[in-house]
Amino acid sequence: MALCLTAVCLICSSVLAGVYALTFEPIKAASQKALEQSISAVLPEGLELSEAAVANQGGQTYEYYAASKAGETAAYAVKSTVIGFGGPLTLMVGILADGSVYNTSVLSHSETPGLGAKCTSDAKFMEQWKGFPANANFSVKKDGGDVDAITASTITSRAYTLAVKNAVDVVKSLSK
Amino acid sequence: MSKLSIITKGFIKDNPTFVLVLGMCPTLATTTSAMNGLEMGLATLFVLVLSNMVISAIAPLVPDKVHIPVYIVVIATFVTVLQFVMQAYTPGAYQTLGLFIPLIVVNCIVLGRAEAFANKNGIVDSALDGIGIGLGFTASLTVIGIVREILGSGSIFGWKFISGDGILAFVMAPGAFLALGYLMVLFNKFLKKN
Repeated sequence: MALCLTAVCLICSSVLAGVYALTFEPIKAASQKALEQSISAVLPEGLELSEAAVANQGGQTYEYYAASKAGETAAYAVKSTVIGFGGPLTLMVGILADGSVYNTSVLSHSETPGLGAKCTSDAKFMEQWKGFPANANFSVKKDGGDVDAITASTITSRAYTLAVKNAVDVVKSLSK
Repeated sequence: MSKLSIITKGFIKDNPTFVLVLGMCPTLATTTSAMNGLEMGLATLFVLVLSNMVISAIAPLVPDKVHIPVYIVVIATFVTVLQFVMQAYTPGAYQTLGLFIPLIVVNCIVLGRAEAFANKNGIVDSALDGIGIGLGFTASLTVIGIVREILGSGSIFGWKFISGDGILAFVMAPGAFLALGYLMVLFNKFLKKN
């Protein structure tokens, strides 16, 4: 009885070890590709990406990637997580060296379908981030800021705005 | 039982979703769209066929007292293999289905077939049983997914034919129960007539 269970476990674990070894490289390549795609989606084309680095800002750590052209840092892609309406909301924010936003994209979210989840599809909301200036007021219009919120999703819009603001702050402190 | 009827019974007579009412957790949670339902069904099919085959091969050697742990270890192995493979080659699907891939281990359909069929039938029959039940499960999830996607998002397999929002409840949990309930009624009505 014990022998049988041990034998089955041994065989199964060696099968798993084999599959793990076989798929290790493809998994790494796939996640690397997904990461590169998410970064290049928010940055201008033709830049050279650096390795991941970590920055501390306001008691939170941020993963960021510097993108350079001809040896000079031209832009940053910052991964920024805040709490949205339904859970963590993670953005990749592309920011030029002058602190203005180039583009944003949602990496993961758990917002309400049809309401907050529109932060991944609402063209008007997403377009406004392109070229959003560094010195603008990073809060939604309802709170006296410059950001057009998604209709009926103020909490998600606030969270999104905060995530972008945090990312911009990270870049400001980096380029100091 | 003929080979063909082993496969076809998984669709109608022993349909895991609408007749046996097993595996409700992934059924309700992953059928937000037709594609998600299809992917979940195929993932379960993969585990079901392989675990059925291995269990039918080793069943005579396994003492009765430890048969459940042994079956679960076998099933968990195939689920983990599936996880690695999906992570490597279909990272998109792996991300959407998320937690529900590892949860295939505790899907009652898989252990149910091991107990009810694979441990007393040959390897070929067990494989066919896995294919039949797996395809039945896949078809059911896809149908629920299609209904929920049409009503909830106005699209089918991601192709949008109604602009704007659908009935949002159908993308969320209540819609899962409603769609499943009404489909089950229709299925059983159709089954009784024949």
